[in-house]
Amino acid sequence: MKPAPFEYRRPEILDQALEILAEYGDEAKILAGGQSLVPAMNFRLAQPSLLVDINRLDELAYIDAGDNESNDGGLHIGAMTRQRAVECSSVVAESAPLIHQAMPYVAHVQIRNRGTVGGSLAHADPAAELPAILVALDARMRAQSKAGQRWLAASDFFTGLFATALRPEEMLVGIEVPRLADRSGHAFIEFARRHGDYAVVGVAVQVTVDSSGRCHSARVVLMSVGDRPIDAQAAAAVVSGQKPSVEVIREAAAIAGSDEIDPHSDVHASSDYRRHLARVLTSRALEQAFTRAGVRVE
Amino acid sequence: MSQLVDITITINGKTHSDSVEPRLLLSDYLRHGLGLTGTHVGCEHGVCGACTVMVDGEAIRSCLLFAVQVDGCALTTVEGLAPTGDELHPLQAAFHETHGLQCGFCTPGFLMTLVPFLDHNPDPDDDEIRALLSGNLCRCTGYLKIIEAVKLAATRRREQRVKP
Repeated sequence: MKPAPFEYRRPEILDQALEILAEYGDEAKILAGGQSLVPAMNFRLAQPSLLVDINRLDELAYIDAGDNESNDGGLHIGAMTRQRAVECSSVVAESAPLIHQAMPYVAHVQIRNRGTVGGSLAHADPAAELPAILVALDARMRAQSKAGQRWLAASDFFTGLFATALRPEEMLVGIEVPRLADRSGHAFIEFARRHGDYAVVGVAVQVTVDSSGRCHSARVVLMSVGDRPIDAQAAAAVVSGQKPSVEVIREAAAIAGSDEIDPHSDVHASSDYRRHLARVLTSRALEQAFTRAGVRVE
Repeated sequence: MSQLVDITITINGKTHSDSVEPRLLLSDYLRHGLGLTGTHVGCEHGVCGACTVMVDGEAIRSCLLFAVQVDGCALTTVEGLAPTGDELHPLQAAFHETHGLQCGFCTPGFLMTLVPFLDHNPDPDDDEIRALLSGNLCRCTGYLKIIEAVKLAATRRREQRVKP
């Protein structure tokens, strides 16, 4: 047996799961797809005393955009939706093309078959794709406990290395991605040593332009260069209000690679190399995003 | 005594009922509990892909699942590909013919990843095959022969489908 012993609970409905969390709080660990938790348990880096398996909570597996009355036109994805389902969803491809573009970069297909949207977000790995993407999209997270629910902005959700704003008795139950504005463009680029590996550096960009082709809003979010997804606001501010040009993009990318990040060095890449990648990838991603938004970058 | 949980799993068409500790990994249950040692265990943290099996038709790493989690599911392991032992599964035959394996340790994981893939994508190109197989490590072949095997199996499959 590799993992240390634990008590196992498998609630059939959300209320039962929330009941368990209310009672046990920090002692309980939620098992969603388990694609990060189980490796940690196999190494005994994680030794939860109580595992709450939420894989039977079918009510948390959904992808829903638009037509539903309870919904304001945004894209809603349940926490237990498998990553592979998101990758293959035409609804996601249409209403959040940034998510669609980035999903194939999330590990490997065997992992995505099991891994969940909520699990990846709650795990909050700074090198993971989904956290950065949801910050770039200004998504909201729905946290629920026995006492009720609250919505958290993605940018407030990630609080540090593998840390989120979720309280011990709360569960992430779903996300909402706002409806895309007209004339918007996206791009996701990451550099990894092999396909499916954690990114050495990655960047998610979402922009909108006005009718004259000026940048109306921009989000540039970098992954694997800090303890959480890094929202490069100063870089985005450089392009906002401007006609996207090679020069403006170069200036924004230079800022994204310098002041805004404090990347670590490890066996795969030095801090300086990560800065270099952040600069180059941001530049390419901005250009792609503006091109997709219908602007010719010159 | 720690907690025991009753499970019933259908594996390669046969139903098994057991009581297991929750911390028992599916890979260990298959190998040690049922003697199905065709599923190989390499890294045990979801990197190498050797332990891939099909759970309800999808390729999944059995070292990242607890046996209790597949209670009620239908599994296929590599033993289920050629149940009689007389005739290889067409994908296995293609691996054999193209030298898509040398030591064979990784092969069950490759096969169980590829079977559902070819169902969804009967005519994959090289890039799609490479992207798919990025989740399986092989230290012998250099992968080129494996890609050849996939293409051979896919071609034969399509030809068979076309035949009246």
